Amino acid sequence: MEFFKYITKRILQVIPLLIIVSLLSFFIIRLSPVDPLAELRLNPSISQETLDKEIKRLNLDKPIYVQYVSWAKSFIKGDLGYTSSGEKVSVKLKERIPNTLLLTLVVIFMTWIVGIPLGVLSAVKKETILDRTLTVLASVGMAIPSFFFAILMLIFAVKTGWFPVGGLTSYNFNELNLAGKIFDISRHLVLPTIVLFTISLSGLQRQMRANMLEVLDSDYIKFARAKGLSEWKVLFKHALRNAINPMITLLGFEFAGLLSGAALTEYVFQYPGLGRLILEAVLKSDINLVMASLMMGTIMLILGNLIADILLMLTDPRVRIKR
Amino acid sequence: MEIIRKIFQDKFARVAFIVLLLLYLIILFADFIAPYSSTYSNREMSYAPPSQIYTIDERGKLTRPYTYNYVREFEPVLMQTVFKQDRSKKYYIRILPKAEGYKFLGIIPTHRHLFGVDKGGELYLLGTDINGRDVFSRLIFGGRISMTVGFLALLIVFPIGLIYGGISGYFGGIIDTLMMRFAEATMAIPSFYLLIILAAILPSGMTSVQRFALIVVILALIGWAGFARVVRGMVLSIKNEDFVLAEKTIGASNLRIILKHILPQTTSYVIIAMTLSVPSYILAESGLSFLGLGIQQPDASWGNMLKEAQEFTNILYRPWLLTPGVLIFIAVLAFNVLGDVIRDILDPKSRKRI
Repeated sequence: MEFFKYITKRILQVIPLLIIVSLLSFFIIRLSPVDPLAELRLNPSISQETLDKEIKRLNLDKPIYVQYVSWAKSFIKGDLGYTSSGEKVSVKLKERIPNTLLLTLVVIFMTWIVGIPLGVLSAVKKETILDRTLTVLASVGMAIPSFFFAILMLIFAVKTGWFPVGGLTSYNFNELNLAGKIFDISRHLVLPTIVLFTISLSGLQRQMRANMLEVLDSDYIKFARAKGLSEWKVLFKHALRNAINPMITLLGFEFAGLLSGAALTEYVFQYPGLGRLILEAVLKSDINLVMASLMMGTIMLILGNLIADILLMLTDPRVRIKR
Repeated sequence: MEIIRKIFQDKFARVAFIVLLLLYLIILFADFIAPYSSTYSNREMSYAPPSQIYTIDERGKLTRPYTYNYVREFEPVLMQTVFKQDRSKKYYIRILPKAEGYKFLGIIPTHRHLFGVDKGGELYLLGTDINGRDVFSRLIFGGRISMTVGFLALLIVFPIGLIYGGISGYFGGIIDTLMMRFAEATMAIPSFYLLIILAAILPSGMTSVQRFALIVVILALIGWAGFARVVRGMVLSIKNEDFVLAEKTIGASNLRIILKHILPQTTSYVIIAMTLSVPSYILAESGLSFLGLGIQQPDASWGNMLKEAQEFTNILYRPWLLTPGVLIFIAVLAFNVLGDVIRDILDPKSRKRI
C-alpha cells in the first residue's frame, strides 16, 4: 500500500515538471526568428488547405500564450501535428523512439554486465597493477569525445569491411527471414554500441569501485570477516548488495547521459534514432517535430528516473522505511 | 601554492598539469607559434598532405632540416588529384623568420614567427584543409576558443548557481519548492537536446565575438541547475549551524548571511566542481561545433575543424584532418586527471574512495 502511494505521488509530481518543461521549450523555440512553416510553404506537395489548417491549428496568427495553450491542448489529446515535410509527427516518433530505446537499453545492459564486475574487481584488488590499469583505462574512456570515437569506428568499419556503415537495416532488410533480420540489426548496432558502451562504462566502473571500497571499509564487513565467513560470502552476500544500491539511483542519470550522448553518435552513424530526428528538426526549425521529440525525450528521462527509484525501493529496505 | 605543491607530488597530476600549462601557453602565443594566420588560405593547396621534413640530403649527408613544396597534379588513370613533391628546390626551415604581420600579445606589431621556411616555401606540418588553410596553425587558433569556452561558461554558471542555490536553501518553504521545481525542469530535458535547440535559435549574421559569447551563455544555461541543487543541499545543512543563528541574533540581513557566511563554506566544493566540469564544457562546445551549430567558419574551433572529418573520403585519405579530435582528447583527459587529484587534496574524505 505504502508502495503504491509513493508511486502515485511520484507520478503526480511529474505533471508540473512536464508543464514547466513544455513552457520552457515552447518559448525557446518560438524565440527563433525562423518561420516554422517556411519549409511547409515551399513544399509544392503541400496544399494551401493543409497550410491554412496548420496555421489555424498552431494559431500562428495569435499571441504566443494562445499558441501555447492550443499546442498543449492538442498534445494532451495525442495530436502531435505534421512535420514540415507533411508526415505525421506521431508516425515519425513511433518509428524513431524504439530505435533509440533499443540502442540505449543494449548499452545500459552491457555496461552493467561488464562494469559492475570490473568495479568490484578493481576494488578488491585495490592498488594492484590490475586496479591501476583499469583506472587509467577508465580515465581514457571518459575523455574520448563520443563523435570522434564514432568517426574512428567508421574508419575501422570502412577499412575492414566487417561492419555495415550507417543506418539500422540493410537495403535488402525486407527480404530477410526473422533470424536474418535480427542478425542484420545486430550487425548495425555493433559500432554505435561500442562507442556508447566505452564512454559510459568508464563512469560506471569508477563509481562501482568507489562504492565497493566504501562498503568494504564499513564495520559490518569487518564483523562479517571476524565472524569467519568466507571471503566469497563477505564480498558477494554482504558487500556487493550494499554497494550496488547507489548504482541503481545512477541508472536514471546514466539513461539521461546516454540520451544526450546518443544524439551525436546517432548523427555520425546515421542511425535512425530520436537524437538525430531532433537535430534534423531543429535545423529545419520544424516546431511540431522539435516540441514532440523534446517532450518524448523528457518523458523518457523522467520515466527512467522513476523506474530507477522504484527499483531502489524494491532492493533497499532502508529506503522503504525512510519514506 | 600548497595545492600546486601537492599536485606536483602526484605523478599523473604532474603530467596533466604540465600538459595543460603548455596548451594554455601555446594558445596565448598562438600568433607567434603558428606559422600562418588563422585566415591564411592557399586555394591551390586544398587538402595538401603534411609537409615531409628531411634532415639528410640526397648525398646522404646530415643537413639543416628542409622541405619541398607540393605541386598539385591530376592523375588521369585514377582520375584524382595527387600531390607530388617539387624536388627542384629545397626550402630550409628557419627559426624566427619574417612572415605575415600580427600583433604580439595583441600589442606589439611584428612579423617574426617562431619557425617557418625560406621565402616561397610552404610548410604544412599537419597538412591543409579544404580551403588550403594550414591545419597546424588553425589547431592552435582553434584552441583559443575550445580551451577557454569552458572557463568562461563557469564564470556564468557559478555565480548563478551559488546565488540560486543559496537563496533556495536558505529560505526554504514555498520559495525553495518553486525554485527547485524550476531547476529540476531544466534538468529533466536531455541536456544535449536543449543545447542544440538553444544553439539553433541563434540568429545568423552575428559577428564571431557575439556568437562566441552566446555559445558560452548557452553552455552555461544547461549547467547551472545541477550545480545550484548541490549548493542548495549544502546550504540546507549549513544554515542550522550555530554561527548562522548568531548572525541572525545580532541582526544581520539575510543577504549578508547568505553571501558572507554561508556561501564561503562551500568554497572547496566549488573548486572541485569547477575543475571537474571544465571538460564537459569542452566536449559540449566541440560537439555543438561539430554539428555546425557552434562556432562558425571562418573561425576555428576543434569541433568545427572535425566537421570535415564527417566525409568518408576525408577520413580515409586525409587522416591529418582528425588531429583536432586528438587534442580534445588530450585536453579533456588532462582536466579529468587534474580534477581528480584536486578533489583528493581538498576533500580528503573522498581520497580513499576514488
